[in-house]
Amino acid sequence: MTRSSVLNALLVIALAAAPLVAPQFWITLGNYIGLYSIVTLGLVLLTGVAGQTSFGQAAFVGLGGYTTAYLTTRFGTSPWLALAVGIAITAAVALTLGFITLRMKGHYLPLATIAWGISLYFLFGNLEFLGGHTGMTGIPALGLFGFELRDERRYFYLIWTIALATLWATDNLLDSRPGRAIRALKSGLEMAEAFGVNGARLKIIAFVYAALLACVSGWLYAHLQRFVNPTPFGINQGIEYLFMAVVGGAGNVWGAVIGATLITLLKEALQDTLPRLLGRAGNFETVVFGILMVVLLQFAREGVGPWLTRLLPARRRAKITGMPLAARERIAAAGPLLEVRRARKQFDGLVAVNDLSFEIRPGEILGLIGPNGAGKSTTFGLISGALSLTSGSVVFCGQAIDRLEPYEIARRGIGRTFQHVKLIASMNVLDNVALGSYLRGEAGVVRAALRIDRAEELRTRATAAQTIARVGLADRMFDAAGSLPLGQQRIAEIARALAADPVLLLLDEPAAGLRYREKQQLRELLRSLKNEGMTILLVEHDMDFVMGITDRVVVMDFGEKLAEGAPAEIQRNPVVVEAYLGGV
Amino acid sequence: MDWSIAALLTQDGITNGAIYALLALALVLVFAVTRVIFVPAGELVAYGTLTLAGLQLGKPPGTVNLLVAMAIIAGAVEIYAGLRRGEIGTVPRRVALWSGIPCAIAALVWWCAPLALPLPVQVALTLAAVAALGPLLYRIAYQPLAEASVLVLLIVSVALHFALTGLGLWYFGAEGSRTPAFASASFQLGTVNINAQSLLVVVTSAAFIGVLYLFFGRTLLGKALHATAVNRIGARLVGISPNFAGTLTFGVAALMCAFCGVLIGPITTIYYDSGFLVSLKGFVGAIIGGLVSYPLAAAGALLVGLLESFSSFWASAFKEVIVFTLIIPVLLWRSLTTHHHEEDE
Repeated sequence: MTRSSVLNALLVIALAAAPLVAPQFWITLGNYIGLYSIVTLGLVLLTGVAGQTSFGQAAFVGLGGYTTAYLTTRFGTSPWLALAVGIAITAAVALTLGFITLRMKGHYLPLATIAWGISLYFLFGNLEFLGGHTGMTGIPALGLFGFELRDERRYFYLIWTIALATLWATDNLLDSRPGRAIRALKSGLEMAEAFGVNGARLKIIAFVYAALLACVSGWLYAHLQRFVNPTPFGINQGIEYLFMAVVGGAGNVWGAVIGATLITLLKEALQDTLPRLLGRAGNFETVVFGILMVVLLQFAREGVGPWLTRLLPARRRAKITGMPLAARERIAAAGPLLEVRRARKQFDGLVAVNDLSFEIRPGEILGLIGPNGAGKSTTFGLISGALSLTSGSVVFCGQAIDRLEPYEIARRGIGRTFQHVKLIASMNVLDNVALGSYLRGEAGVVRAALRIDRAEELRTRATAAQTIARVGLADRMFDAAGSLPLGQQRIAEIARALAADPVLLLLDEPAAGLRYREKQQLRELLRSLKNEGMTILLVEHDMDFVMGITDRVVVMDFGEKLAEGAPAEIQRNPVVVEAYLGGV
Repeated sequence: MDWSIAALLTQDGITNGAIYALLALALVLVFAVTRVIFVPAGELVAYGTLTLAGLQLGKPPGTVNLLVAMAIIAGAVEIYAGLRRGEIGTVPRRVALWSGIPCAIAALVWWCAPLALPLPVQVALTLAAVAALGPLLYRIAYQPLAEASVLVLLIVSVALHFALTGLGLWYFGAEGSRTPAFASASFQLGTVNINAQSLLVVVTSAAFIGVLYLFFGRTLLGKALHATAVNRIGARLVGISPNFAGTLTFGVAALMCAFCGVLIGPITTIYYDSGFLVSLKGFVGAIIGGLVSYPLAAAGALLVGLLESFSSFWASAFKEVIVFTLIIPVLLWRSLTTHHHEEDE
């Protein structure tokens, strides 16, 4: 047995024994911590991992609670059926909210959730059939295999079984194909979408996932209390859930339990002592929470979770076994692989790319060069879909791709690297490269959460490992990507692009900032890729590097094509020499 | 509903809408310059009303104690920052600035409180006391995080909202307050009875909006603030201090919030925790303007005011539900009209 499974077993035994020995007060507290952990877990995924936020989780908890309260008391529905209905309603609401807000800038979602949280709170409080502000009583106890869970001690088992199950599922999710993609969202959509991730869709999935966890917690709450009123579903509770996620820290599922535990215990202690200390009644714990949160964000933005989880043993490195993923289907192109036809990009008055045309032929390395501000990076953006054309078109394998989203362009078989390296610094090289093969896998959220994606996952890892070995980084495979020197990070980016099995590779200044030896290694890598039949577009500053490796070169200046031809011709071309060295 | 009721509701809606508009502008201003979504603006509104109410009763308002407490913290923050940077020489001057000025304002308010001064003087004292809280909040809570993401700054804002609501309860107590109207006259315009207080609210709000417009469009300082909003590093390179811009912005915004509090005081009873809903209505207005456009934000806030006043007639229990649900169609509209590829930062 490994250390981590010993720890897990100890935790389960402790939880199993607690109701048998602990005093009533601690059981009640333990039940609440379990309920809060489930909600906070959703926020850890949404905020800590995906980089989005919601202040309205309490409202989703309310949806779960009120649905079951209404159905079981008015219609005598089975609580389990009511759970299913609650989940359906929550999913519909979360999908709508997510669809509306998640396509826009990051701050619209939290603002919308504040508004939605408040409006649902007032709705609960003012609807006659939901009992108004006094709420609804007489909710039946849950029955399970003929047992009635009336006793808080028995209920403790149900809550913590569900809490541990959701922790397990979320932990699985983070360590999977969709999990890698969700983790990539935080570093900006551009990177994730370059590997075929539909960022908006994944953000919505993360939001719905968090909402559903909240709904389950609300359902459990209603049958524990056997009574609901609007108060615990208000905006203040929603804010406290977020505080729990911030305190617990992001990136690790245990942060949810740590945050829920700390905030619940602190609140209990403060509600008890503060009014006595101040000699006045009131919710003064909010002052402490508020100040605590500001201090925490200023001095320990990752929360306290990482300090505690650092004490836990590291996840074991899975052995790399199994077959690599199958190669992707190719469309055989007759004629040029990619054509840029009279492409034009205007930023207001500035014409960055002025009716530029060129083509990339199968199997060649084409260099795109030019002085600063010539429009190279803009052209790169137009091909990769990061920028939209003002006029003209980009045709890949005979089909126009200039109206497609970046993730759709990636799907056609175009891989890219970034001028400013965009690796997920905290993730190891293997996982970073595995993100590149996103398009070659199929496992979705459900399969990942239930851990029935392992066969595909093994092949994904084998593919990533093979690609890493191919670029010569095998000995750094398990190191955090952020710990690599810049040269190796650029190589890792190329490996990530290769993991997608692209037809065309777009490299944005891969030699920038590299040392001499690193440049030599990069040159050898590109040569061997070309020998394997890869087509490469190289946007580059470094003249020696470009001239030594390319088949043809396109020179740009002031957004226009200045010259095109073999490297030797270009070096002798007087116009090019003048553009680079200035008029004599 | 007949014509006279509709006219009355419209007048109410425009009056409230003008106050929300002022608030919406403060929110857009703060967001534009510092990227902070200034949720605690509502607490400053409530502090404005409650400070004036305290002065009316002839006793020093809780704001005095709060100012002193925050001045001490800001002084400590300056000493800490000075020591860390190893610039001990500038510390005394900075402490004098950050602790001295707020304490001086607090002392003035404290000294004036029992004098039963005329209403305009009390209003001026209120504005000074609450406006001074803005830069202090920025210095203590936001400035150390100025480079953080919008999301982190938003969480800080919500945390401050929590803290300031609790502090409001401590310093002002649980009772609600109303303040006297500035004008009690009213006059007929056709068949409609126009209330001078409403007119005053609308005119002062409009004046504020006009001043802001001129400030950002015509003055160098306004343009400098705008430059900071667009690019902090760039602004710094051309000699604009982002910290100075942030401090100034928070001062102006807090002044506007305090003014909202003074204007809203005669209309509704304000409690220590009433500010949150008021500021959120300002936010709904600001969001209609995409958090960037001043005129659209003002128009949005007027719409919120009107919607609120008419829904309080038709379905008063669901007033808040209707106002806050408005944000959904607004966001849908914005989502469909904005370009899809906006990056998060």
